[in-house]
Amino acid sequence: MKLWEIAHARTGDKGNIANIVLVVYDKTHFELVREKVTAEKVKQWFHQLVKGNVVRYELPQLGAFNFVLYEALAGGVTSSTALDKHGKSLSSFLLDMDL
Amino acid sequence: MKKIRIGSGAGYGGDRLEPALTLLEQGKLDFIGFECLAERTIALAQKEKQQDPSKGYNPLLTYRMEKVLPLAYQHNVKVLTNMGAAHPESAMNILSDMAKTMGLKGMKIAAILGDDIFPSLDRYHDLPILETGKPLSSLSGNMISANAYLGAWPLVEALQAGADIILTGRVADPSLFLAPLIYSFGWSAEEHDKLGKGTLVGHLLECAGQISGGYFADPGKKEVPDLWNLGFPYIEVEESGQGVVSKVEGSGGIISTATCTEQLLYEIHDPARYITPDCVADFSKVHFTTLGKDKVGFQGASGSPATDTYKVSVGYRHGFLGVGEISYGGTNCLERAKLASDIIQKRLALQPWPIEDLRMDLIGVNAISPLQLPEQTPVQEVRLRVAGRTAQKIEAQQIANEVEALYTNGPAGGGGATRSVEEVIAIASILVPKSEVPTKVIYKEIQ
Repeated sequence: MKLWEIAHARTGDKGNIANIVLVVYDKTHFELVREKVTAEKVKQWFHQLVKGNVVRYELPQLGAFNFVLYEALAGGVTSSTALDKHGKSLSSFLLDMDL
Repeated sequence: MKKIRIGSGAGYGGDRLEPALTLLEQGKLDFIGFECLAERTIALAQKEKQQDPSKGYNPLLTYRMEKVLPLAYQHNVKVLTNMGAAHPESAMNILSDMAKTMGLKGMKIAAILGDDIFPSLDRYHDLPILETGKPLSSLSGNMISANAYLGAWPLVEALQAGADIILTGRVADPSLFLAPLIYSFGWSAEEHDKLGKGTLVGHLLECAGQISGGYFADPGKKEVPDLWNLGFPYIEVEESGQGVVSKVEGSGGIISTATCTEQLLYEIHDPARYITPDCVADFSKVHFTTLGKDKVGFQGASGSPATDTYKVSVGYRHGFLGVGEISYGGTNCLERAKLASDIIQKRLALQPWPIEDLRMDLIGVNAISPLQLPEQTPVQEVRLRVAGRTAQKIEAQQIANEVEALYTNGPAGGGGATRSVEEVIAIASILVPKSEVPTKVIYKEIQ
């Protein structure tokens, strides 16, 4: 099962740091995602992109996680040569993860 | 119980205008904020101001305000916006002339000054750049702008002086919306908890349509009704700082606990420590409640005292970006695109000048995907994108030209080649003591 089946996501950017909000549709899936989608797993999933750490924050009352990806945007929006400089599409690629 | 309604009229510099006009007409608003300044927009505006000293404000200022001013006047809605960009004073003068022509008697327009600290930047050359740790002096000779993220208080001062329209340069986005709350409810600088709650209101509103169904739809999974006609949000806030997010009836979009949760954490790092010029806000205990169709209540934000520094964005020249693209289609197109990529690689290697961050991406295959997935065949069409940064403009042009030259010198069937070259204005951040950044409010009143 892909993460996409049970959760939705949104990416934001600040400088060279991306953050991905991951929210489960049904809070009964919170523990499963907490167990499977760890900071290490996300770092590994995006290893081609993320040069720094990945930190995960948990907001159980919202069924939400916030992943902060350091050194993840090829230098940041204002100097990156990438097509998706903001990393807006990262949320969708995170949801591609198999659980 | 006193309640205040604040609407969001723009979530970025080029945002749509119609949803803001609908809010002004039907939203029963007290205030509306237009957030129009991305990280480097102000640096680009400074560049424009250097070329023409009367410019430097948001290029859509007159387009927007020709419609907004009369509606705001008619419906008694106060307007707060950072559309002043690099030149709030010039923006004020333009709106003053406009309001006079329209006969909007008694309208008071304010401009907030002080965020531009470029003239005194020399004294900060030893400060470390937050992104790299190197001293600011490492950008010496290339810096073109420096703007501090001011907080809500100068805007509160303007509201207290009776301003109807407030134009700012760089102000922290949530502060545009926090200021009306401080003013309306008489919050003090020591009520950190309320400032934290008000900062949440601002944070939820600052991206306009992103909380009312924009940046959200995934057909078949996350449906958004009438997204083409997306309505912008407003929040009704109580003196306690809790509030309800909603939008005008009949507009498209959706406001749900899901849209609110996505926006709550948008561009946030540690949710318990969101640092703004006004406070350190804590969003980690926020929860949302569905109160009706497109009505979501929120509570649980708090705050602690602000830091004693302002974040300052320094804009600097960072070379030129050259981009060339060309498409291939039909059987074996992926192999032809790869051959094209190989040709460009070899051609550019002949150049004596360095290229930074050279990328060869295949759009449709791996241009935005950071994942290593097995190649999916057959590909119907693919587009090669070559991009790199160079010191000189002519070098960036050369990158773009090499791609275009694939028309006659490259693999079979290359089509739709495009080229672009632009100067790169990048942003570095430093922290500057607040005590060294005085602010000032100036006014014009329509007689």
